[in-house]
Amino acid sequence: MTSIATSNGGAAARTAHRPSMRARMQEALPKLVLAPSFAITLVFVYGFILWTIYLSFTNSKAFPKYVLTDARAYQRLWRWTFESDPPSSWYTSITNMAIFGVLYVVFALAIGLLLAILLDQKIRGEGILRPIYLYPMALSFIVTGVAWKWFLDPGLGLEQTMHQWGWTSFHFDWIKNKDYVIYTVVIAGVWQASGFVMAMFLAGLRGIDGEIIKASQIDGASPFQLYRRIIIPLLRPVFLSALIVLAHMAIKSYDLVVALTSGGPGGSAWLPSNFMYEYTFKRNEMAVGSASAVIMLATISAIIVPYLYSELREKAR
Amino acid sequence: MAFLEIDRLVKRFGNVDVLKGISLSVEEGGFLVLVGPSGCGKSTLLSMIAGLDSISDGEVRINGRRVNELHPSQRDIAMVFQSYALYPNMTVGENIAFGLEMRGVAKAEREAAVARVAEMLQIGHLLKRKPSQLSGGQRQRVAMGRALVRNPQVFLFDEPLSNLDAKLRVDMRTEIKRLHQRMGTTIVYVTHDQIEAMTLATQIAVLRDGVLQQFGTPAEIYNNPVNLFVADFMGSPSMNLVPASVRSEDGRTVVALARANENDLILDPGPASERLGRVIGQEVLLGIRPEAITDHDGADRNARTLVDADCHVEVVEPAGSDTFVVTQLGGKHVIARMRSDAAVRGGQRAPFTFNMDKAVFFDPKSEQRVA
Amino acid sequence: MSTAATTVAPRAPGSPIISRIVIYGLLGLFALVYLIPFFVMLLTSLKPMPEIQHGNILALPKEPTLDPWIRAWGEACVGLTCEGIHGYFWNSIKMVVPAVAISTLLGALNGYVLTKWRFPGHRLVFGLMLFACFIPFQAVLLPMATVLGTFGQFGKTLINLTGMNFGFGNPTVNLVFVHVVYGLGFTTLFFRNYYEAFPTELIKAAMVDGAGFFQIFRRILLPNSLPIIVVTVIYQFTNIWNDFLFASAYAGSGDVMPMTVALNNVVNTSTGVVEYNVNMAAAMIAALPTLLVYILAGRYFVRGLMAGAVKG
Repeated sequence: MTSIATSNGGAAARTAHRPSMRARMQEALPKLVLAPSFAITLVFVYGFILWTIYLSFTNSKAFPKYVLTDARAYQRLWRWTFESDPPSSWYTSITNMAIFGVLYVVFALAIGLLLAILLDQKIRGEGILRPIYLYPMALSFIVTGVAWKWFLDPGLGLEQTMHQWGWTSFHFDWIKNKDYVIYTVVIAGVWQASGFVMAMFLAGLRGIDGEIIKASQIDGASPFQLYRRIIIPLLRPVFLSALIVLAHMAIKSYDLVVALTSGGPGGSAWLPSNFMYEYTFKRNEMAVGSASAVIMLATISAIIVPYLYSELREKAR
Repeated sequence: MAFLEIDRLVKRFGNVDVLKGISLSVEEGGFLVLVGPSGCGKSTLLSMIAGLDSISDGEVRINGRRVNELHPSQRDIAMVFQSYALYPNMTVGENIAFGLEMRGVAKAEREAAVARVAEMLQIGHLLKRKPSQLSGGQRQRVAMGRALVRNPQVFLFDEPLSNLDAKLRVDMRTEIKRLHQRMGTTIVYVTHDQIEAMTLATQIAVLRDGVLQQFGTPAEIYNNPVNLFVADFMGSPSMNLVPASVRSEDGRTVVALARANENDLILDPGPASERLGRVIGQEVLLGIRPEAITDHDGADRNARTLVDADCHVEVVEPAGSDTFVVTQLGGKHVIARMRSDAAVRGGQRAPFTFNMDKAVFFDPKSEQRVA
Repeated sequence: MSTAATTVAPRAPGSPIISRIVIYGLLGLFALVYLIPFFVMLLTSLKPMPEIQHGNILALPKEPTLDPWIRAWGEACVGLTCEGIHGYFWNSIKMVVPAVAISTLLGALNGYVLTKWRFPGHRLVFGLMLFACFIPFQAVLLPMATVLGTFGQFGKTLINLTGMNFGFGNPTVNLVFVHVVYGLGFTTLFFRNYYEAFPTELIKAAMVDGAGFFQIFRRILLPNSLPIIVVTVIYQFTNIWNDFLFASAYAGSGDVMPMTVALNNVVNTSTGVVEYNVNMAAAMIAALPTLLVYILAGRYFVRGLMAGAVKG
C-alpha cells in the first residue's frame, strides 16, 4: 500500500461533488508541512551551489562581484595544477588530497576489517574493546588534532619519550616536516575513523547467515579460505558503504588539518578544503576559492550521485 | 434501496484498472463477504468503502448518502485491520477509547462505553495492559472492541483472522458470527478463506482480477457457481472438474467420461439434460462436488438422479468423520466423499454413486456455465 | 551496537591456544593505540608545567593537580582575552540545544510526510534533501556568509526601528539557522527510514478513528519514535557540537565563538609560555559533552552513524 495520501483526493476533484473545506485542508496539510524544509533545501543548498558556481566565473576578490567575466579562476587552477616546482598551493592541496584520500580510505578499511574479524572470534571482553575502538568518532577533529599534535610533537611527545627510555636515535618529526606532515594527518584521521569502519564490518559479519558458514566448513574450507572466498565477498555492500562514507569524509576534511598542523609548514598540509577557505576568506581570492569549491563538489557528486541513485532505485522496487 | 450500495466502482492506478466497475449492495444488517485470491482487489474495495483509498469512478452510498468525498472518520464506519493496528503506546482501554476521544466524547461517557464493550468481549481484565502484553487472540478482541465501541453504521473487517492459529481462528469466527447476530450491524468482511466466507456471510461476492465473478447467498455461490473460477475457488476439497463429452443415446442426453483401460463412464446429467441437449457432440467440463460422489448407502435419499458405477480406486484417505476416495475420470483425479465405514481399498474396484442433481457443466473455453 | 546475538565466525587456524594468544594480543595492542592519545591528553592535563617540560608524556603525574582544568575554564587566553573557555562552552550549548531540537522536530515531520502522506514526486524530494547531506559545505560557505551579512544589516535596521533585532545578526542565532538548514537532510533521512517500517495500518486505523494529520503525528507516531529520536538527537548533538567549519566562518572571533573555535585559538595563542597542560584540559572540556553522550548512549550513537552511512 503505497499511498493513503491520495485518499479522498484527485478523484473527488474530477466529479461534480466538491470535497469539504476541511477535507481539502487535510489534503494540503502534509505538503504544507514539508514545504518549508524543501524550500530551505532548494534555496540554501541548490541555490547556494548555483551562486557559488556563478561567483567562480566572476572577478570577485575580497567581496563578491556579480559581473560575469570568464573562466579565469578555473584557468588559474588548471595552470597551478601543473606547477610542482616550487609547488603551488593548489598543487600541494590536490596532491595531498590524493595521498590522504588513498591512504586514509585504504588503512581505515584494512584496520576496520581486521578489527572486526578479530572481534568476531568469540572474544571475551568484546563489550569493553568495541567502545575503545570507536570512541574517537565521538571527538571533534579539533580535539583529535590537539591531542595528536601534542603526542607527535618532536620536542615533547613520542620522540622525547623514546629518548628518555634510552632509544636516543628515535626520530619522528613528520609533523614539522613539509614533505611528511600530510602523513600525520593520515595517522590521526585513520585513528579517528577506523573504529567506525570496524563497527560497520562487524554489523555486516553478524548479519551473515550462519548456515552458509556451516556449509562451507562441511565443504572443507579452512578458516582463511572461508574469509577470502566466502565472507569477505559477502561483505561487498559494507565495503561500498564504508568506501562512500570515508571518501566523503576525506574530501570534507578541513578541521583536522587546521587543528593538527595549522596548515603545516608553508601550507604544506593543505587539502582542497583548506585551500578554499584560505583563498576565500584570507587571501581575498573569492573567485578562485569558489572555483575550488565547485571542483570539490563535482568530485563528491561523482561518487555520491550514482550511489544514492542506485540506493533509492533499489528501494523503489 | 439497499443500506450499503457500491455502484460501478472503479479503481485506477495510472492506466491500470485494478477494480473494473464493481456493483454490489447489502441490506441493513447484512453480512457481505468479499472473497477471492490475493490480488483480486477485495482489500482495495474495502479500503475504498472506508475512504482510505480514493475512488476513481463510481459511487459508494451508505444509507442513501454518497460518501465518496467524505473523510474515513465521517463515514460512520469502523474497521478491524489484518494486523489489528493497535496503538502500541496506549493501553487497551485507551486504544478502544481513542476514536471516541477524537470525536470529543466526554471522558466519563468514554469510560462507560469502553466498559460496556469490554464486558461484551470479555476483555475487562486487560484494559490496563499494553498491546504488546497480549496474546494474538486478545489483540483480535481489542481490535474488535475498538470498532464496536463507536457503534457505527457499517463494520469493515480486513482479513481479521488471518494472523491467528487454526483453532483460535475457528473460535473467533463463531464469536464474530455471534456478535453480528446480537448487534445486527451491517458488516463488510474481506477474506481469502472460502470457509470463512461460507460460514459468516449472508451475501458473498467473489472477485478475481478486479472483476466481480458472482454475487449471491452462500448457497447460491456453492451450488450454482456461474463459472469455472467460482466453482473451483469455493469449497474444500474443491469441486471435481472432469472433461466430458455430451452425447445422445436412445434419445436421451448423456455425458461420457473417459476412463483408463475401460469403457467410458456414461452418466445421466439429471436436471441439466435439457440444456445440455443443445450442445450435443461438444466437450464440456463436468463439475461435481466430492460430497455428491458417495458410496451407495451414503447417497442423498432425496436426490432424483442417482447413478451407480464401479470405478477403480487409486487412493483412500480416511479423515475421521469421512473417507475421501480418489479415482480417475477423464484423465483427472476425482475425489469422492464416503462414509468412514465404507469398505473401500486402494487398488481395487468399488461402487460409486453420483448424485447428478448436483452436477454443473461448464464450457471449457469460455469457462462459463452451460448447464 | 548489539547486532546479532550469536557469532558465526569460525575459530582461527592453527593451535587454538596460540591463535587465541595472537588474537587477544592484536586486539590489546590496538586498544592501546586507540587509548594512548587520549590518555596522554588526560595525563598532561593533570600535570604541573615543570613536570611536562622535563618529564615523560606517558608517565603518571607525580603531583596531580586540577589547576590546569580550573585555569582552562576560567583564565586561559583565547586570542587576547584571558577569561577561560567557560563562555565559549556556553556559546556552544546555546547553539546546540535549539539547533538539535528544531532540526529533529522538522526531520520527524518530514519523515512522516514522506512515508505516510506520499504524493507524486516524493522520491525526488527526498533524494534532493538526502544529497544535501553530502555536499562539501565549502560549496555553500560563501553565499551563506553573504546572506548572514544581510541578516545582520536587517537586524541593525530593526534595532533602529524597534530597539530590538529579533535575533537577526546574532551569531548564535545564525549558527542555529545554519545547522538546522544543513542538518535537515540527516534528520529527515533518519525519520524517513524509521517511519518507512512503521505499520501504515496504524495510520489508517487512526484516520478511521477520526484523528487528523497532526493528531496522528502527536498521538500515534511520536510516542512510538523514542529510539529514533534518541539516535537523531545524539547524531545532531555530536555533529553540531564538533563543527568547526561553520563556526569559524560565521562566528570565528570575539566572544561569540563556539567551543571548537575557541579551543583551536587557545592552543594556537602564542603569547607568553605555552601552557600545554591548560591546552589539554581545554581540549578535554571540549570533548567531554560528546564523550559523555557516547559513554551513556553508545548503542544509539553507533546506530546513528550506521543510519547515516547506509542510505535509502
